[in-house]
Amino acid sequence: MSRRISALQRIKNFRPGTTLVMLLVVLIWVTPTIGLVVTAFRPQMDSVTSGWWTALFNPGGQHWTFDALKGVFSSTWNIGDSFMSTIAIAVPATILPITFAAFAAYGFTFLEFRGREVWFSVIIGLMIIPMQAVIVAVLKGFIALDKFLYTLPFNKTGWLHLAGEYPAAWIVHSAFAMPLAVYILRNYMMTLPSALIEAARIDGASHFRIFRSLVIPMSVPALASFAIFQFLWVWNDYFVAFLFAGRHPVMTYKILSMLGQHGEGWQIVMAGCLVSMLVPLTVFFSLQRYFVRGLTAGSVK
Amino acid sequence: MTQGTTFLDILPSLSAVIIGPLVTFAFYALLNGLVNLFPRKIAKSLRPYVFIGPVLALVIGMLLLPTIQTVTYSFQTSAPTAQDPNHMNWVGFQNFGKLFADPNFILTLRNNIEWVAIVPLVTVILGIMIATLTDRMGPVRERIAKSIIFMPMAISFVAASSIWRLTFSWNPGELQVGLLNALVQAFGGKPIPWIQVENFSINNLLLMVVVVWANAGFAMTLLSAAIKAVPDETIEAASIDGANGFQTFFRVVLPQIRVTAVSVFITVLISTMKIFDVVWGMTGGDFHTNVLGVDFFREYFVFQNIGKASAVVVMLMVAIIPIMIYQIRTYRKQEELR
Repeated sequence: MSRRISALQRIKNFRPGTTLVMLLVVLIWVTPTIGLVVTAFRPQMDSVTSGWWTALFNPGGQHWTFDALKGVFSSTWNIGDSFMSTIAIAVPATILPITFAAFAAYGFTFLEFRGREVWFSVIIGLMIIPMQAVIVAVLKGFIALDKFLYTLPFNKTGWLHLAGEYPAAWIVHSAFAMPLAVYILRNYMMTLPSALIEAARIDGASHFRIFRSLVIPMSVPALASFAIFQFLWVWNDYFVAFLFAGRHPVMTYKILSMLGQHGEGWQIVMAGCLVSMLVPLTVFFSLQRYFVRGLTAGSVK
Repeated sequence: MTQGTTFLDILPSLSAVIIGPLVTFAFYALLNGLVNLFPRKIAKSLRPYVFIGPVLALVIGMLLLPTIQTVTYSFQTSAPTAQDPNHMNWVGFQNFGKLFADPNFILTLRNNIEWVAIVPLVTVILGIMIATLTDRMGPVRERIAKSIIFMPMAISFVAASSIWRLTFSWNPGELQVGLLNALVQAFGGKPIPWIQVENFSINNLLLMVVVVWANAGFAMTLLSAAIKAVPDETIEAASIDGANGFQTFFRVVLPQIRVTAVSVFITVLISTMKIFDVVWGMTGGDFHTNVLGVDFFREYFVFQNIGKASAVVVMLMVAIIPIMIYQIRTYRKQEELR
């Protein structure tokens, strides 16, 4: 906002009542998170014997330390490993579904064929399938597939298998992302100028060509906002990572284990949370605009 | 289970950034090339499936068929035989009968109903309140307030549960490190193990606080966009006609943001029905805070009871399907208006 407002107008706009109420709401919202950050930098002794707010009221007299952060990176908790596992799940589970969804969205937007609306409704309808509904069958399916893979002659050592490994989580995350991704990308592609695409068709460009060199570059805003959305979702997920890529414990899994031992002070759990929050908060605050735009585009018509 | 992390562990994600899209493109190009081998007319009718085929295969194979399988399991029970350790016997509605005969399951259902009755409504009302208030502030204050309220959306439910478990925590004796009990003490009360208080579903309500805290930012963002889209003329006209602030809000603004409010409500409603992480992280479903999402997990992984676990999921889906039909209908209507 570069519009200049006169000083008088600014005073009139200040609205002390509204600001006071909002200040209260904001304080309630942010307090638990402040507790997290403060606790993560307190020594074990203090965090067992006093509330975190005492440190905040007396920051100078408080002993601040990196002990808890060192603790979560030590061989006991090894959150560094989990950080890598989380990256190894989250990045592919963001990129793969978006690529697939972009192709499907193009098909649903720019190609005419029988059953188009029916197939599209099927995909959108599947948005509502709860994660729990597919878990038993998909786990069983992966295990059955692995059994078959073990019988292959080149797979005597069993190096090639799916259950418990990263690709299993990528596939499940992709499937669950697909309905919303196709929906959002199709909505966006429908706003692209169809005259441009028709002109390219008349010039003899194939659909594949148009997709690659026209539609994808023009869809970058929608692709970006969905990517952020999906990345945050996958990064923060516990259920899928634990069930399908259990050989590689992710950070949410580690935090739950730490939570089981909070009797020895909350500083370890909070340090673990802090490490796990760094990436999503960075992504969120640096790309907030795209994120909000994507959210808005998806729902407000 | 844990081995040391090597460079090999991040290799998949690094390669996925570069190779992933390339391989995917090559895969689609291959499909496209295969279709080109057909005579023109057939190729033309096959072409759409080059674009939508892989996604259809994925959602049918990973979502639709497994769901049908789960419905089938809900009418069966494990009966392992020597030849087939995975053998299942048909038992009709027995799994459902067992569930409804179990007072604990009835309690789980009651909890779910409480969640569904409270969380979406409170989230939407809070979202409208915050959106209205921030809209009346200066741009800088608006941005700061919105960022802070939106922030919990960026962190995991597991981290959110941890944060709030500390806030609600209780220690025997006078010394309290949890903020809630410290406040209770400051006002002269006696510290309580809040998460274990089943009277008036107080512990359920506290778990709901976590979810509302996490979801309010989502509601606020969408509703704020809707409120900003309300034309100024309609509000000016109302004030010229002598309407006060409340009348203007309820008669002019609210009707114009209704569609958005309903869509936020439904999105939160669906996610509330499926709620798992928060309950799992806060109580594990103990102290009578169990919900369907957690109950499924326990039946399947703790009690290894596929039939009953599936029956729990089917109950969940029976509740969700009417909402799903409503959502698809709304979507269709929007399409027609376009």
